[in-house]
Amino acid sequence: MRKLALNDEILLKIEKPARYIGGEVNSVMKDPAQVDIRFAMCFPDVYEIGMSHLGIQILYDMFNRREDVWCERVYSPWVDLDKILREKKIPLFALESQEPIQEFDFLGITLQYEMCYTNILQILELSQIPLHTRERGEEDPLVIGGGPCAYNPEPLAEFFDLFYIGEGETVYDTLFDVYKQCKKEGKSRLAFLECAAGIEGIYVPQFYRPSYQEDKTLASFCPVNSHAPFTVKKQVVTHLEETTYPLSPVVPYIKATQDRVVLEIQRGCIRGCRFCQAGMIYRPTRERDVETLKKYAKAMLLHTGHEEISLSSLSSSDYSKLQELVTFLMEEFQGKGVNISLPSLRIDAFSLDVMQKIQDIRKSSLTFAPEAGSQRMRNVINKGLTEDEILDGAGQAFTGGWTKVKLYFMLGLPTETEEDMREIAALSDRVARRYYEIPKEQRRGKCQITASSSFFVPKPFTPFQWAPMCTAEEYMRRASIVKQAFSEQLNRKSLKYHWHDAQVTVLEGVLARGDRKVGNVIEKAYRLGALFDSWTETFRGECWMQAFADTGVDPEFYTLRERGEDELFPWDFIDIGVQKEFLRKEWNRALAETVTPNCRIQCCGCGAARYGGGVCYEDKN
Amino acid sequence: MKTRIKFRKYGALRFIGHLDVMRYFQKLLRRAEIPVAYTSGYSPHMIMSFASPLGIGLTSDGEYFDIELKEPISSREAVRRMNAATVEGIDILSFRQIAEEKKWTGMAIVTAADYLAKWKYTDTMGYSVPGNPSFDEILSERLPAFLKQPEIFVLKQTKRSEKEVDIRPLIYRMESRKDGIFMRLAAGSVQNLKPELVMAALCRFADIPEMPDCFWWHRLELYAAADNEAAGLADAGHKFVTLEDLGREIGEGHE
Repeated sequence: MRKLALNDEILLKIEKPARYIGGEVNSVMKDPAQVDIRFAMCFPDVYEIGMSHLGIQILYDMFNRREDVWCERVYSPWVDLDKILREKKIPLFALESQEPIQEFDFLGITLQYEMCYTNILQILELSQIPLHTRERGEEDPLVIGGGPCAYNPEPLAEFFDLFYIGEGETVYDTLFDVYKQCKKEGKSRLAFLECAAGIEGIYVPQFYRPSYQEDKTLASFCPVNSHAPFTVKKQVVTHLEETTYPLSPVVPYIKATQDRVVLEIQRGCIRGCRFCQAGMIYRPTRERDVETLKKYAKAMLLHTGHEEISLSSLSSSDYSKLQELVTFLMEEFQGKGVNISLPSLRIDAFSLDVMQKIQDIRKSSLTFAPEAGSQRMRNVINKGLTEDEILDGAGQAFTGGWTKVKLYFMLGLPTETEEDMREIAALSDRVARRYYEIPKEQRRGKCQITASSSFFVPKPFTPFQWAPMCTAEEYMRRASIVKQAFSEQLNRKSLKYHWHDAQVTVLEGVLARGDRKVGNVIEKAYRLGALFDSWTETFRGECWMQAFADTGVDPEFYTLRERGEDELFPWDFIDIGVQKEFLRKEWNRALAETVTPNCRIQCCGCGAARYGGGVCYEDKN
Repeated sequence: MKTRIKFRKYGALRFIGHLDVMRYFQKLLRRAEIPVAYTSGYSPHMIMSFASPLGIGLTSDGEYFDIELKEPISSREAVRRMNAATVEGIDILSFRQIAEEKKWTGMAIVTAADYLAKWKYTDTMGYSVPGNPSFDEILSERLPAFLKQPEIFVLKQTKRSEKEVDIRPLIYRMESRKDGIFMRLAAGSVQNLKPELVMAALCRFADIPEMPDCFWWHRLELYAAADNEAAGLADAGHKFVTLEDLGREIGEGHE
C-alpha cells in the first residue's frame, strides 16, 4: 500500500485531506527505478482549482506515455497545511509517490494568472529549493515555467531556470531527450541549460541581461551567453490531430471546480478582441477534427465516469462543426444521465434550441459578454457584437422561457468616458425592457438581469499593451458612477450590479506588464505574508504596498503610463508570430473606433500565418 | 431490480468523506458500466442510498449502499467489473439483489454496527515503563468491570446541546481482542453510538482522563434487526443479521 507523506494526526487536522493523498482514478504510478526523468507538474493554487486545468492533464498524459518519464502532480498546500509543513519541516511532496519535490529532475509550474506568483515562491520554499536560480546547486530540480503568463516571464525571471514559450506538445520530447543525454554524459546544470537554450521555444532567463534608460524603461535586452538566441519563438502545434489527448484524465475524489470531461474543440480565436491576450497568443485558430472528438468524448466518459461533458474553446460558436458535435453528444449521451455544458456560446437560434434541450430554463441563466455598454466602446475593443444582436438574443431567450440573464462588462477600458460607463446600466435596462415588452400573461413574473464588471488589465501581446491603467481610486469612482446609473434606470428593481475589487486589478497590472525589477516586489510581498492573492479571504493588499515601498519600485510606472510607440517591452524578445506592427496598427484603429473583421471574413495579416496551419489556410488547399 | 453493494474502505481512502465516497461510486458505476437506473428530469441522478455514513479517518470492512438497476446483471460480473474500475482503498465485496419494498433499503434498517478500536501503539504515556502494565493491558483488564456497570452516563454533544445519556444499553457486546477492543454498538437513525465515545468512557473508568490518540478506528460490519421476515433466517435466536445476508446472489441467468 502507498505510504503517505503526512501522518494521520496531520491529515485529520487539516481541511480536505483528500487534496494531499493522491491515488485518484487514472493517476499514474511508476517504479522510480525504471524511469530516467522525474517531473513534478505544479499548478500553484489549491488542488480543486489545479485539478480543473486541462493543460496539465494534457501534459501529464503526454509525459507519462514516455516510459522513461514519470510525471507527478503537486498543488499549493492551503494555509493550514502550509503552517504545519513549516513548523514540522516536512518537505513538499508530489501526490503520486508522496516523495519530496526536492528529489525530482524537474519542477514544472504552469502560469495561468498573475495573482498566483507568491504561491510559486511558497512551492519553491516548501520544496526546499532555493528561490533564486543563482543559488541552486547541481542537485536541485530544474524549475521550468509555462502557460499564458510565460509570455511575459520577466517578473519571474529570477525564480525560474527555464521557461517554455508556447504549446507544450511540440518540444518537451526534445527537451527530455537533451536532458537525458546531458545526464548520461555527466554534464553540469549550466551545460544542460546551454543545450536547452538552443531548443526553439525555450527561454533561459539567466542568459539574458536587460539594461534600462534613465526614465526606467528598457534600453536593451540581450543574450549574454552564446547559446541563447536573440528571440525566442512561440511553439505552436500546426495540426492538432497529431497531438495526444488525455483519454483517461485523473478523476479527483473531492469535487474539483471542473468536475467533468473537458473536450477541447479548437485552439485560438478568430475574433481579435483587442483586450484579449488569449486571442492573440493562441493564433492561428486551429480546429480539432469532429470525428476524433466524438471518439474522445466516448472514451473519456467511459474512463472517468464523469456525469458531465463540457466543450472548451475561446468561442465555441466559431467551431465549424459545432452543430454536428452537439447533436451527436445529445443523441449519444443524454439518455445515459450525462449532462452537456456549452460555455462561451453566442446566443442565436441554434444555441437557444440546444440549451432548451439540455438544461432547465427555469433555473438556468443566459450569459452575454458585451464587455462594454456603448457601441462606441465595443468598437474600440473590437467586440464584434452590436446592440441589436444583444437585444435580439435576449429577446429570443425571453420568448423561449428564460427570465435570468447575466451580463459581463469591463470598466476602465482605453478611452472610456462617463457616457460609456453609464451605458452599462442603460444597456442592462434595455435588455430588461425587452423582457417587459412581452405581454404580461405570456411572461413569467419579473426578469432578473445581473450585470457585473471587472476592471480591465492591459496584457502583453495585445493591441492594448500600450494602454494606461487607472488608479484603484479611479476604478472605484467609475464603479460608483455605474452603480449610480443603475439606480436611475426604469427597471432598476429587475437589475443587479456587481463589481470586482480594484486593488487586485492594479497589482495584476503591475505583474502582467512588469519587468525583472518586479521580481523583488513579489519576493518581498511573499516574505511579508502575501499568499493566495487570488482568494479574497487571503488577499493582503498591505503586504504588497509595503513591498513596493521597501523595494523602491513604483507601481504607477507600470500601470498609469501610456507607453510610447517605440518603447522596448520586456516581452519583445518573444516572437508569437503576431507582429508588434500589427498590434500597433490595431491600437491605432482602436483609438479611431474602427472595427477589424475576424479572421474568417478577412485576413488582416497579423503574422500568425507563418505557423503554416489553422484558419490562415482554410479553403486554400 | 434493487441491489445492495458491500464494500471495504482502507488505506488512504479513509480520508475521503462520505459525500465524496458517494460521488466516487457514481463515477465507478459508470466506469464499470453497471446498468443503474436514474431519476428523470434535466439533471438525472442515480437512485442510490447509503446505509450509514462513515466518518473521515475510519476504515471499514462492511460498508453498504443500495442501487436500482434498469436491467439485471449477475453478481459475479458486477463485482468483477467494479473491482476492475476501482482504486486501491476501495474493494467491492458483494453485489446482491434485495427485496423490492422500500422499507428494506438504505439507512432505515441499520440497527447495529461492529467496530474495532485497533491498537496503534501501546507504549505511550509511560504506561509501558518496565514493571508497569501497558496501556492495552490496563484497558483490557478493566473492561469486564466497565461492562458490569448498570448505567454508563456520558456527555453527548449534538449540534444544539449537550446532554447526559446512558450508553450502557446501546453497547450490545464488547470484548478485548489481540489487536484491539471489539464493540457491537447501536447504529442507525434511531439510536447511534460512536465507538470513540465508548472508548473515552472506558478510559475514564480506567483512570486515564484523556483518551490518547492510540487507536485506528475500524468498522467491521453493519446489521439490521433479524426479527423480520425478509431476513428469512431459520435461526430466530440471532438478534442481528448483516445487511449482506438480507440480499441474495444474482446468478448468471439472472434468476
